[in-house]
Amino acid sequence: MTHVTASTLAPDLRPGGVAAWVRGRPVVVAVVAIVIMVISVVLGVGLGSVQIGPTETVGVILWRTLGLRAGLDWAPATEAIIWDLRLPRVLTSMVIGAGLAVAGATFQGLLRNPLADPYVLGTASGAALGAAVAVLIPIQIAFLQFGLLHGLAFAGALLAAYVVFRLGGSGGPGGLTRLLLTGYAVGSVLAALLTMAMYVSGADLRQIFSFLLGGLAGASWPRLAIAAPLIVGACTLMILRSPVLDGLLLGDQAAGHLGIDVRRERGILLALASLATAAGVAISGLIGFVGLVVPHFVRLVVGPAARRVLPISAILGAALLTAADLVARLVGDVPVGVVMALLGAPFFLFLLHRTRSSYEL
Amino acid sequence: MIGVEPGPAVEPILAAHDVTIAYGERRIVSMANLPVAGGERVALVGPNGAGKSSLLRAMTGVLHPVSGEVRLCGAPISTVDRGTVARTIAVVPELMQLPFQMPVHEVVALGRLPHEPPFTGLRPIDRAAVAGAMERVGITQLAYRDVRELSMGERQLVFIAVAVAQAAAILVLDEPTAHLDIRHQVDVMELLVDLNRRDGTTIVAVLHDLALAAHFFPRIAVMDEGRIVADGPPAATLGADRIRSVFGVDPALVRLPVGAA
Repeated sequence: MTHVTASTLAPDLRPGGVAAWVRGRPVVVAVVAIVIMVISVVLGVGLGSVQIGPTETVGVILWRTLGLRAGLDWAPATEAIIWDLRLPRVLTSMVIGAGLAVAGATFQGLLRNPLADPYVLGTASGAALGAAVAVLIPIQIAFLQFGLLHGLAFAGALLAAYVVFRLGGSGGPGGLTRLLLTGYAVGSVLAALLTMAMYVSGADLRQIFSFLLGGLAGASWPRLAIAAPLIVGACTLMILRSPVLDGLLLGDQAAGHLGIDVRRERGILLALASLATAAGVAISGLIGFVGLVVPHFVRLVVGPAARRVLPISAILGAALLTAADLVARLVGDVPVGVVMALLGAPFFLFLLHRTRSSYEL
Repeated sequence: MIGVEPGPAVEPILAAHDVTIAYGERRIVSMANLPVAGGERVALVGPNGAGKSSLLRAMTGVLHPVSGEVRLCGAPISTVDRGTVARTIAVVPELMQLPFQMPVHEVVALGRLPHEPPFTGLRPIDRAAVAGAMERVGITQLAYRDVRELSMGERQLVFIAVAVAQAAAILVLDEPTAHLDIRHQVDVMELLVDLNRRDGTTIVAVLHDLALAAHFFPRIAVMDEGRIVADGPPAATLGADRIRSVFGVDPALVRLPVGAA
């Protein structure tokens, strides 16, 4: 996409080796990621405690989306399992995986910090506190299955990010460190309040705890319909802004000379990343790992240019969360975060170890 | 020389008019006037803290003066949109960060950001500009090297290549030869002269080395304590008395080219 092709630069200077070959071909990497994603999706819809054959699966999807019967027949329960349970769950995991991965890549690039993840601006604690408050107050309102818990989690995440940005986002020299530390401090206050809420929650503790673990068991069409447009929209805008993210790599001053309104662009990107995170957290709780590790994995393969890292992270994040959720379902609904960390972290360590060139953000 | 000689009839391409800059109570630049005609080569010299970098930042539109104004092609620079400024003025700032892993050609390609239509990525013309800039600066052989592996001198050349890829009519540099050995200093100076003569690029550079400035720049503006105290050819601006009064050193320590002092 963005690399200078061999036709304009002396081809003999191009480094050899598999890693360099792959790195110079982000489109190939994207295609491989898409294949992995499609496989995860197909398996995710087809596999589960009830085995459903691929023909029936495709038949149900065609019937419900296009109204094509195609001469096939199936039990009503089959249709319900595919259409009402598995498909929304798989689509939700794709959207949330993509959203967290793109948000993580954006935060890492923007804050120049390899340890940044989507929750770095206090969104996690804010969302969890919102959810805990919703659990504790004895009011139940729901709109299209989007209940008080989801609403307050969403609001809490956005509010926390807003407060952190207002308190610590003044920019200037050392501004990034200030923003990170502000995120940590605000997050600590919110986490303390959360602990307090959990302490007094009594029988409701389990519900708060399951939000903290995160998971996709609550996925449904109405919830997806609310979260997906926010996440997909925010991710698209972040991907379209990735050249700005690259320009900011040179530092605020140099980026300004390249015509970038540094303060404004940083604010917009932080807002978009926080929005994608908050929408995901609202319907699936705190899912870790994807947002931190997927962007790093992608950088190891295609290099640090945001224009390549962001879109490929989206695809791979979708694939990873879908695959992890499938495994989590098959082994008996363990939290998806546990699966990802147990299987993904060793693989990531292996890759980190194998990569010869020193790796920095 | 293709460039236009400065004269009263020529409308300056970039000009500071009575520019005063202050940070809080501290006045950094006082009533500075610096009209630069298209095709000129101007060196801005002066002791540390004289206000050179601040004046340069005001002239590139990133610092707003408390009074006076900077005009770009006759229009107040504050009214010109950022994209247009970036396509007209390329800047090699004193500080550019390269702590990240990226091959040189991708870094140089960042200079094309102001030209790229949104959302398209690099077009063939951008790729050609990147390759051309690297060749011009003489870093083609570094194209696929990781920027973090480069020496300070090589990094400086990469920064200059970013600015050259920007293909702007004006090139502004803040101490482009800092960190460079004498050989690279001369290389950079010759590159600037070449860009000026062959492409007609207007050059404005803050320099510390008076000898280099006098040798390679036909016009020198001397700043001291926020004021421009002299402006003209080296022979008129870098006399022994001024070197003693402005820089506080024995003029014998500064070896200027014959005819300059």
